[in-house]
Parts: sequence; C-alpha cells; structure tokens
Amino acid sequence: MVQYSTARLDTSFAALSDATRRGVLEQLGRADASITDLAEKFHMTLTGMKKHVGILEQAGFVTTQKVGRVRTCRLGLRRLEEEAAWIESYRRLWDARFDALDNLVEELKQKEKDDGE
Amino acid sequence: MESKPTLTKNPTTEDRKSERELVITRTFNAPARIVFAAWTTPELFMRWWAPKSMGVPLLSCSMDVRVGGGYRVAFGHDASSATEFFGKYLEVIPNARLVWTNEESDDAAVTTVTFEEKDGKTLLVLHELYPSKEALDEASGMEGVMSEQFEQLDELLVTLGAGEA
Repeated sequence: MVQYSTARLDTSFAALSDATRRGVLEQLGRADASITDLAEKFHMTLTGMKKHVGILEQAGFVTTQKVGRVRTCRLGLRRLEEEAAWIESYRRLWDARFDALDNLVEELKQKEKDDGE
Repeated sequence: MESKPTLTKNPTTEDRKSERELVITRTFNAPARIVFAAWTTPELFMRWWAPKSMGVPLLSCSMDVRVGGGYRVAFGHDASSATEFFGKYLEVIPNARLVWTNEESDDAAVTTVTFEEKDGKTLLVLHELYPSKEALDEASGMEGVMSEQFEQLDELLVTLGAGEA
C-alpha cells in the first residue's frame, strides 16, 4: 500500500486552495509561460504572480528557470497523481469494477431475454 | 467527479460509517438474480473484478458458494508473481446476501454484500468491517485527512478535467 506523507499533502493542498494558483497550473498544463505572461493572463501585478508561483514551486507543482531577463514557468515533475491516487484510489477501484459489472449485467440481461424468446 | 460523457451511469458512493466500517453502494439496472450471479459464478466474476484500469489481471478464481465454503482469487501477470486472496463464506442467501471472510492477512475485513431489488433494479451495498481503524486506513488509502481537503482536491480535479475537454 502506498504511504503518503501528511506534511507533503498539507503543502500540496494549501498550494491548491487558491483559485488563481489552480488556474496557473491549468494554464501551464497547456504551455509553459513566463511570469509576465501569467500576470497578464490573470490580471495581476508581477509581484502578486511571483508569490503564487513561489508557493506552487515550493509544493513541487511548478519549476521555474531564468533565461536572460525572463523567468519561464513549467509544470514540475511532481504532478497531482499522488494526491489524486490518495483520495480516489479505493472508490475509483470500485467504480471501475462496477462499470465492468454494468457491461456484464447488460449482456446477461440480453441473454436472458434472447433465451426467453 | 466522473468525466465519462456517454451513457449515464449510476454513481458509486463510499462512506466511512465508523472507524472500522466502510460502505460502498451502487445501483445496477438489472434484477438481483443477475447481479448475484455475477458475484458468485467464477467465469462471470473474472470478467469484472479486475478492470483494465487496475493494471493487474485476474489469473484464477474458484468459489464454493455455500456457508463454510471457500474461495480463492489470484491476481498477477504470471503464476510466479501472483497475489492470492482467499477466505470463506459465512452467509449465503441466494440473490440477496453474501458474507465472507478475507483471510490473506490479519488486517483484512469481513465483507457483507446485500442485493436489494426494486422495480427491476438492484441496489448493491458492500459493507466492510475491519479489525481496527488502522487496518481500514491502510486498506482504503486514507490517512485521517480532513474532508475539507478532499473537497479542495475534488474541486481541482474538476477544474483540470474541464480544462482538458
């Protein structure tokens, strides 16, 4: 069974608790962007955006690299899989099982019907 | 949470009833005798118990569905790396109720499944009773985190899911 670090999850969830930061992740999921791009996109000051990116960086969701005068942000290696797995693994397993069972049940229903005819 | 846009499917719910109990519910659009058969006939059971997304196929399954009868299920890619789950049936009421033990570990649950038919549909309730709170935490991947955090993640996954569409 996967072990999850509570402290790390706390940092992750805190980073994700802000709508702008979630928007930034979504945006970076589509393409890398500079802090300036992000600030414009989210109608924020550079300082404000730097702060948000800093928090995401700390949680490992984002990495930044400065080339010349431009700081480029991209999604970090640390993605949401662990959090997603942690919250969803068990229900998802049952959900997937039951989807498969749905298909089987439909087939059996049809067979009963055909046999009855 | 579910992003499948096609067929409307019945939701799966998970509820932690107490420190040692977990309840999963799901409705199936079929009479109880059909759903029950899918749980108690090895060749049918093998077709759904290990869905592809689980990543590990079912290798074998045997069931002696009567009170005191045993079952044995093996997962794995080949026999040498197989993991076995086994136990015995404590209660068997055809088309209505199954209770079995899980004996592969000391921390495993006693599982009760009820099949309740109404208007041609079957409400399935799966109840697991674990020997301790820790055993349930371990089995379900929960580490005592608060529901608020669950909600935050749910919200995020919805947002990200919507972004992909």
